Amino acid sequence: MSDTSPQKKRRRKNPKLLLKRTRPTPLEYTRKQWFKLIMLLNFIFLYFPIVALMAFSFNNSRRNITWKGFTFKYYVKAFYNESLFDAFVNSLIVASISTVVSTVLGAMLGLALYRFKFPAKNAFDGWIHLPIIIPEICMGVAMLAFFSRLNIPLGLVTITVSHIAFSLPFVAVVVRARMAGFDHSLEEAARDLGANQWQTFVDVTLPYMMPGIVAGALLALTLSLDDFVITFFTSGPGSTTLPIKIFSMVRFSVTPEVNAASTVLIVITLTLTAVMMIIQSRGGKNKGLPL
Amino acid sequence: MTEKQSIIRIRNVTKIFNRTVTAIDDVSLDITEGEFFALLGPSGCGKTTLLRMIAGFENPTTGQVIIDGQDMEGVDPNHRPVNMVFQSYAVFPHMTVEKNVAYGLKVIGASTSEIKKLVPEALEMVKLGGFEFRMPYQLSGGQQQRVALARALVKKPKVLLLDEPLSALDAKLREAMQLELVNLQKSVGITFIIVTHSQSEALSVANRIAVMKDGQVRQIADPLTLYEKPNSKFCADFIGKINQMDADIVGVENKNLVADIRGIGKARIPYDGHAEGTVSLAIRPEKIELSSDEPEDGRVKFLSRVDNVVYYGNTSQVFLKNSAGETLMAEIRNRESGTATSILIGSEIWVSWQAADTLVLTQ
Repeated sequence: MSDTSPQKKRRRKNPKLLLKRTRPTPLEYTRKQWFKLIMLLNFIFLYFPIVALMAFSFNNSRRNITWKGFTFKYYVKAFYNESLFDAFVNSLIVASISTVVSTVLGAMLGLALYRFKFPAKNAFDGWIHLPIIIPEICMGVAMLAFFSRLNIPLGLVTITVSHIAFSLPFVAVVVRARMAGFDHSLEEAARDLGANQWQTFVDVTLPYMMPGIVAGALLALTLSLDDFVITFFTSGPGSTTLPIKIFSMVRFSVTPEVNAASTVLIVITLTLTAVMMIIQSRGGKNKGLPL
Repeated sequence: MTEKQSIIRIRNVTKIFNRTVTAIDDVSLDITEGEFFALLGPSGCGKTTLLRMIAGFENPTTGQVIIDGQDMEGVDPNHRPVNMVFQSYAVFPHMTVEKNVAYGLKVIGASTSEIKKLVPEALEMVKLGGFEFRMPYQLSGGQQQRVALARALVKKPKVLLLDEPLSALDAKLREAMQLELVNLQKSVGITFIIVTHSQSEALSVANRIAVMKDGQVRQIADPLTLYEKPNSKFCADFIGKINQMDADIVGVENKNLVADIRGIGKARIPYDGHAEGTVSLAIRPEKIELSSDEPEDGRVKFLSRVDNVVYYGNTSQVFLKNSAGETLMAEIRNRESGTATSILIGSEIWVSWQAADTLVLTQ
């Protein structure tokens, strides 16, 4: 009896040991406590500054150091700050025009790149996507040199043109990626059923492209709204946009007014993103389009 | 001219892609009104290209495609009196079943009342009544197939083109759909042209089959002729299973060939045509009879050893190898549960077939 019992014990223990030693599969890692902690730290690192910025926009103090109580007064102040309000309106004008133009052109470009084969297509492809790759500062300098060479006065027009130039390839990339999953026989089926080329495009191709176009437009809008570097180079007197105005205000001192203006910008972009995502997911479901 | 008119005439059509790849090589064929016609061939033989040229998605490099007496050169797909069912079904993913079927009518400006009348009819025809408001992603592959069929048939085309329509369905469903296609074709009376690489599909659905290889039509015949009297080694081999043997013609005696089959011996085979030198003789596996006693005279017969028996449930394939090393495959029906096991591997058995069943293939 006595010499068999340790063996039995070991045998009973063995399966447990095996279970303990099996490594968690990739998805199981997310259930680990330490993993959750790391994720929490990451989120704090990413979002604490933004939350702090928003919180201090309600701080009842001229200095952004200590909490002195809740107030809306800096929002009111920011609203009645004429130059800040003008900058905000300028931003909206530039963003809306550049979004519409770059979305239309970018969608056309994306579709053309998906559909057609032409000589030197690869070179053209790379060339088109250059604005995504090259540093913004270079693009800004290049734009400035270009406009001054042609004696075009800097202002809202030049800002809008440059915004179109740098957001267009982003739209094209998104639309083209969407089209990669397109079944070409859908277009052939429409033609076969009696649709001409335009009807085919409107009834079959465009609905399929739509999620890509919406995503591209959203991208173009947010890129334009918060662009600083290129706008800085291409803006002239009286054509200040919101990011540039905020920057110039910060140079004097970080007042809660700046926080308030920034918070408004954040809320606008977040709301737009949320709305677009909802539209997109609902549209995808109803139309049976994979997203 | 036959009593029925040719609805499609293909005249010396050649298609060359990128100036180098010849997809279709001087093809001419006529398809009669009301026919169920199959274009059959291995992948890359040009059958789909030919179909797409009828639909108008490709233009012939040279030659003519005539549909219903009208030359189709320069006529866009949307103006041709044909409709197509695509291999991928190509059901519009963002439209309901009803809108899919109505699309072809709506786009040419049909009245709402007409659409309201024709769409349910078409859906009823393909047994999809009650599915009007489903989205395509809620349908199975077979149901999407039916939507594609209804969508094409609602246009009342002169010719319905089917591009490998059943290749994505599982075996059981495919057989059921084959039967349904045949019934559908009979009830609507429209000419169907089906492209397929499956010889069994072509044999079971079509009235007439064109066998294609390397862009050329090798044989056009009804299923029975194609199976029983293939005109070439390729057709014999491509349609069904077949045993091919080399033979030397040693003489001709009033419509009989005397052939010396290599490894087997002399045989007298009825044959009308002209043959000399070395030819290929062929016999279908199911025409071979196996027996333990010597068969009667007049049949091609010899003794052979059983090399292997493969059991398929309803049939068994018996692989035979005679003393000269010549191999043959016979297919027998398992009429009794013991049929397959009664043939012992390694035993000697009499192999025979009717001399008239032997195919003489000179090409």
